[in-house]
Amino acid sequence: MIKVLLRKLLLLIPTFIGVSFLAFILIRLVPGDPVMMMLGEKGVSKEIYAQMQANLGLDQPFYVQYFKYIGHVFQGDFGTSIVSNRPVLEEFWDRFPATLELGVVAMILAVVVGIPLGVIAALRRNTWLDYGLMGTSLVGYSMPIFWWGLILIMVFSVNLEWTPVAGRVNAMYEIQPITGFMLIDSLWSEEGLTAWFSALRHIALPAIALGTIPLAVIARMTRSSLLEVFSEDYIRSLRARGLQPWRVTLVHALRNAFIPVMVVIGLTFGSIITGAILTESIFSWPGIGKWLLHSVTSRDYPVIQGGVLLIAGLVVLVNFIVDVVNTMINPKLRDVRS
Amino acid sequence: MRFSRLLSTLLISYGAWFADSSLLALPKTLVYCSEGSPSSFNPQVATDGATFNVTRHIYDKLVQFKHGSTEIEPGLATRWDISADGLIYTFHLRDGVQFHETAYFKPSRTLNADDVLFSFNRQRLKDHPYYMVGGGTYEYFSSMDMPNIIRDIRKVDDHTVQFVLHKAEAPFLADLAMDYASILSAEYADQLLKSKRADYIDIEPVGTGPFFFRSYQKDQLVRLYRHPNYWRAPAKLERLVFSITQEPTVRYQKLKTAECHFATEPAPQDIQAMAAHPALKVMEQAGLNVGYLSFNVKKKPFDNVLVRQAIHLALNRQAYINAVYLKNATVAKNPIPPTIWSYNDAVKDYPYDVAQAKELLTKAGYPNGFSTTLWTLPVSRPYNPNGKKMGEMMQADLAKIGIQAKLVTFDWPTYLKKAKEGEHEMLQMGWTGDNGDPDNFLNVLLGCAAISGGSNYSGWCNKEFNALIDKARQLSKQSERAKLYEEAQVVFKREAPWVTLAHSKVYRAMRKNVVGYKIDPFGGDSFYEVDLVDSQGDRS
Repeated sequence: MIKVLLRKLLLLIPTFIGVSFLAFILIRLVPGDPVMMMLGEKGVSKEIYAQMQANLGLDQPFYVQYFKYIGHVFQGDFGTSIVSNRPVLEEFWDRFPATLELGVVAMILAVVVGIPLGVIAALRRNTWLDYGLMGTSLVGYSMPIFWWGLILIMVFSVNLEWTPVAGRVNAMYEIQPITGFMLIDSLWSEEGLTAWFSALRHIALPAIALGTIPLAVIARMTRSSLLEVFSEDYIRSLRARGLQPWRVTLVHALRNAFIPVMVVIGLTFGSIITGAILTESIFSWPGIGKWLLHSVTSRDYPVIQGGVLLIAGLVVLVNFIVDVVNTMINPKLRDVRS
Repeated sequence: MRFSRLLSTLLISYGAWFADSSLLALPKTLVYCSEGSPSSFNPQVATDGATFNVTRHIYDKLVQFKHGSTEIEPGLATRWDISADGLIYTFHLRDGVQFHETAYFKPSRTLNADDVLFSFNRQRLKDHPYYMVGGGTYEYFSSMDMPNIIRDIRKVDDHTVQFVLHKAEAPFLADLAMDYASILSAEYADQLLKSKRADYIDIEPVGTGPFFFRSYQKDQLVRLYRHPNYWRAPAKLERLVFSITQEPTVRYQKLKTAECHFATEPAPQDIQAMAAHPALKVMEQAGLNVGYLSFNVKKKPFDNVLVRQAIHLALNRQAYINAVYLKNATVAKNPIPPTIWSYNDAVKDYPYDVAQAKELLTKAGYPNGFSTTLWTLPVSRPYNPNGKKMGEMMQADLAKIGIQAKLVTFDWPTYLKKAKEGEHEMLQMGWTGDNGDPDNFLNVLLGCAAISGGSNYSGWCNKEFNALIDKARQLSKQSERAKLYEEAQVVFKREAPWVTLAHSKVYRAMRKNVVGYKIDPFGGDSFYEVDLVDSQGDRS
């Protein structure tokens, strides 16, 4: 099994080189450069312009820039943001907790709501309840985050004024970043629970918008996986022995049906990170998504390259862990591979 | 029993969900919904308004603009003398000006000449230990041509500093009131250098301004506290929070729900509803800007003045003001806005006259018109909120005199790059003034030297015009300069390198309990003189 893992790890290296090259080349194919964005409508003489470019290292040939960059990345140096002049890695870690918090809350929502819905649909198979739930989940799955987020804002923030439209917590509260998770840090602030509720109100809509697609996927997966297990002989014999139906479902069937659901949960985490980019820009959520989007419009090359690479790394890492866990818990896979 | 306890818990939670009631007990805090994250906490290395809005509260300059005006008044310098040839400026510094005492710095002395020298030499001298800290790019310092204007800066004594110039430069005082000319603490810089943390000078700022830096949560909040020993009276607000909110419509929502007290740059379509809202008020002022249509005079047929005049006559600008600016602007006839001194109101504008336009076009040799391209602004700017819509209206107007204009646009960085390289034929562009001096419009946008710099998008170099503005630059008497600028505006109008489109109004929206705010003509926001009154009944 260790051999299998090592092979998988080695395969990650070309993936990263490919991602870094694409991120590097794509942003340079678009006209306009960081100096241009700093100047805006203003103009400076050609000499000063060239000097400003040279200060940023943009006067060197493309391949020189790329190999220098890759060399630095292997030493853990992702470059310095042109806009803020801070190391890209530092900028990333400053914003990552916000994205992670949003992702985790969305995921919890998807799991806590998705699995029971799937179970109910499986138990009431081919009834109006099943059709209703699965129909709704198909709608949820097909809904673009962008549109769904705007609808949520329209209804709950603008019309009903139940939730705020943007941000993580009311700006009045002075919350010290300890964990970076607003729902935890707010409890330590002077205002305590009031600040916590403010943070909860702020995260509610973005988490719903981001969690909807995984929720739908999980519900559907739970249902079909459970139905498959229900048709197994051992379930039939458990039922024949007169075990209570809830016991059969929750204790015996669900445990086995859970394996594929777990894999789906792990894999959707990757899509949660990418979905967060859209969600963050709609809800002005100050995470890495919004940061990356802004770096594209300001042509902040190091941020775009580093940010894309770090996100890709994260997604690959999560998938890798899912793979490993899956190999460990699924005897079939384990046996074949060893 | 259990049920009632559950019910009461739920009710309490419900209450906490909807009301941030404990906010009333907090210190007097104003939450300002700002438009973007600051790129730095040092105005010397930044170019964006989002940074200047923050640093303006942290730093002072030698001279400053009077609150809400373009007039110069003493700042950290109490007075100044200018030599007869206009080459030596001597500044006398204020006594007893205290720097901020923060969690990361305790000043041991008050402001002196070393601080002034440090602040300018960092941007000026390539061998200065701080020159390369932060990348060595001082875009504003460079683009105001300071490297070619300042010959030397001398410390005469602890409280006297002399600026020696290469050439007489009338707008020099106004240049020193701009944000890049902020005064930093040399003592703090030395300490950082010794502890090898020089880059923190742009991250954890220390200044003399009315507020000091408390914390920054990236893309979320900037928190400032009141400077208790400010050299003027301390600010009325105890705390100032910048709540970073990029979308104007989101700022409006936050304003309505009292999540912020003040929203910058509201969207034009929201202004009426804001003004009608019982808890809000809207302020407006003529902006220090101009939106224009630039002709590339290096390309045919725009090298022909008759063609340029014909197009000027053919465009119905009032219709654009109504439909694009929603009447929040006035038709422009000069390249400088009416709020700037030397504005020539006697200049006769081209009326909207299709018949005369056709006549001129025929005279120019294009009786059936011609085909060309019109570049429309891809972003909403204060001087033009909707380039595409305006482009469509222009296209229809031009068709009436036989000119077939194809609309072209790119994303903003591409648009700027191609325009600066002169690839366009007709181009929508605009400008917001930096320092309130006419030179900052006429020379920066229309001078011959600005062609190579890229901000003279028309590539227009007129000897008569250029001689006038060059001469005006070297005089120091405002009345004499004004005469020359007035003349220059007449030449400009006759030659028509642009169609002057609009001077748009600037708006700010705030809750009714915000008092003492004045709109800054340069487009920034300043809260030193602002106060919050009677916040009862207001959830803030």
